[in-house]
Amino acid sequence: MNFGQAFVDGIRAGLGVPAAAYALGAIGLNVQYGYTGLLNFGQVGFLLIGAYGTAVSADAGASLLVAVLVGILASIGLALLLGIPTLRLRADYLAIVTIAASEILRVGVSARQLEGLTGGAFGISGFGDEFFDLNPFSIGRYGIGELSFDERTLWIASVAWVLVALATVGVWLLTRSPYGRLLKSIREDEDAARSLGKNAFSVKLQSLMIGGVLGGLGGIVIAVDASFTNADYWRSQITFFLYVVLILGGVASVLGPVLGSMIFWFVFQASDSILRQAVDNGAFGDVFTTTDVGPIRLGVVGLTLMLLSIFRPQGILGNRAEALVDEH
Amino acid sequence: MSVRGETPRRAAAALVLAAVALTALATLVVAASDTPASAQTGVEAINARLFDRTGGKERPIAGVRVVVTRDGAPIGEAVSDADGLAVIPLPGGGTYSVAIDEKTIPKGAGAPDQTKLPNVVVQSGRAKFVLFPFGNDGQSEPGAIDRLADLFGSGIRVGLVVALAAVGLSLVYSTTGLINFATGELVTFGAIAAWFLNAEGGSGLGITVLFAGILATLLGGAFGAGLELGLWRPLRRRRTGNVALIVVSIGLALLLRSIFQIVFGADAKSFAQYSVQQQWHLGPLDIAPKDIASIVICVVLLVGVACFLLFTRLGTAIRAVSDEPDLAESSGIDVQRVILVAWIACGALSAAAGVLLGLTFSVGFDLGFKFLLVIFAAMILGGLGSVFGAMVGGVVLGIVFDVSTYWIPTDFKNAMILGVLIIVLLVRPQGILGSRERVG
Repeated sequence: MNFGQAFVDGIRAGLGVPAAAYALGAIGLNVQYGYTGLLNFGQVGFLLIGAYGTAVSADAGASLLVAVLVGILASIGLALLLGIPTLRLRADYLAIVTIAASEILRVGVSARQLEGLTGGAFGISGFGDEFFDLNPFSIGRYGIGELSFDERTLWIASVAWVLVALATVGVWLLTRSPYGRLLKSIREDEDAARSLGKNAFSVKLQSLMIGGVLGGLGGIVIAVDASFTNADYWRSQITFFLYVVLILGGVASVLGPVLGSMIFWFVFQASDSILRQAVDNGAFGDVFTTTDVGPIRLGVVGLTLMLLSIFRPQGILGNRAEALVDEH
Repeated sequence: MSVRGETPRRAAAALVLAAVALTALATLVVAASDTPASAQTGVEAINARLFDRTGGKERPIAGVRVVVTRDGAPIGEAVSDADGLAVIPLPGGGTYSVAIDEKTIPKGAGAPDQTKLPNVVVQSGRAKFVLFPFGNDGQSEPGAIDRLADLFGSGIRVGLVVALAAVGLSLVYSTTGLINFATGELVTFGAIAAWFLNAEGGSGLGITVLFAGILATLLGGAFGAGLELGLWRPLRRRRTGNVALIVVSIGLALLLRSIFQIVFGADAKSFAQYSVQQQWHLGPLDIAPKDIASIVICVVLLVGVACFLLFTRLGTAIRAVSDEPDLAESSGIDVQRVILVAWIACGALSAAAGVLLGLTFSVGFDLGFKFLLVIFAAMILGGLGSVFGAMVGGVVLGIVFDVSTYWIPTDFKNAMILGVLIIVLLVRPQGILGSRERVG
């Protein structure tokens, strides 16, 4: 068993592009769920619409900058579409409508009738070239030995982590502002906020849009990195991965989603590496085969989500009083 | 409430259920360990065959690009040869998506049945054959009335099954306030339990579908009770908030679905009996006898639940708890026991729904998850927390969905769910039968 290999794989994943994209998505979720108390169970829908907004408009000939703006606008549009009917109602309604919307978007974009626009089942590819043409790094590998990235990954990862840093600073400023306190007041007691003359509906809608845009950016990062997107990738389990990331790092903490994403990807990749080696070495005998590695990892994520929200709902960096866990 | 006298009988029933559950669990474990594992690598491939069957005779279609992807990333592609075969080598076993490029379909070929197979499971060390049939096999196109009648029939059938699961979900929601995102997995549990009880030839017990279904329903009830006693009741004791409970139910759903996939495998399988049945022709409606049976079973179960809620003491107690738990508790109702009954009913109804869905669509590890959104939509349409609303919502939704495919493409059928949800929430958020006060 080569644990060193697993360790290096894990570190690389923890610093990689998906980890940054998940951090963005989880920061968005933190604004919605952590600070405002909104149950968005369809965050992957915002990632999808960001990715597809960008891919479709770049495919139609727009410059990548314009395409990214379209992706962001599409995320805002989705937040309005889902928020307006549900945010006046109790929290459960948003949960159901968002998870429904994310699944429906995933099925919808692969529809044969939309092939001219979204490429149907084939998806869209080749729209990231413009981004990689700007790459300032010369060809080569950067890093120490196995733990290194090529110039392409280094470029997109740098940009992605800069976005994460900007979003984190933004959330930090937000939490120290009166607006941040307004969000938290809605999480703690919406009626009290309303009785003080605050328009809770409008603030919740804004929170959903901010979180949705951050999710959209995460989706754009993933799509530009692969220079490809199709419907299969955006499964609802990504939303639940993002919840694990958020709860692991710390709900309603500024750095929680970033730390959570790095740890999540480290563990996810390292355990994959170890499990595959164990299966290849016959450590499980005939009980598990390589096709079982995926479901085992997914099951462990589910179990982690359960155990975290039961035993340590505030995560590593969070504050229990701020996590929506105990009955009021 | 004079329920003390019932306790020994109830205890005995619970014991029987537990014994059945254990036996079945043992069966599952034995069955799972049988799975052959040939882990030689390097031979995995997808062999796609494309053929045109217009006129009833199969002719190969050459020159079509076939693309294989996994999790959205391209894996490989090939162009079909003169025999209509395209072979795409794979890096290993797993779930792949196979699609044909419509732009490369030669002129003169019929329309393809489908252009994409999203979940093709390839075992390690094996090649997997997939088929892309084109054109019409010569059977005549049915008329408008016939098609509408058939869609209406299947809408009622599926809608009633959805109503079963939605009623279970609604019972739990109205007594505990928990939206259980693992409800789809309760449905899958029923289907998979019935499959293992039913399967022949060593992989199961070979019990005929009818009894396997009844046993699976009982097991589902025991499973619901187990979840309540082992998970939800202790969590309520810890005073865990509702939001945290919803997140727990999502984690549970992921965990259960993964276990099902490992134990049952990724392939969908049919029951040993009734998988294909000659249809009866009733006027414009073509319907298989098993579908009529499914409709009758659903109606009987739903009427049973309704009578139970309206006319028995326990049913009255459930309604009392759902209206005002504190008042119910202070007037002597054992709220914890009522919640346990709601969970047993939820587990059993969901399992029964799973068996019936498995009978129609074949059994898979994600059978219930595929219907989760429809079940939620049915519950909101009928009115969140209203058990009778869930019945009405399920049936209405089932009919609307299937009949709507007469006008809109099937690919957009799912988008209808979102449309219905948004319109209902904008126009009448309390749903058809819900009460206004539950919403705000």
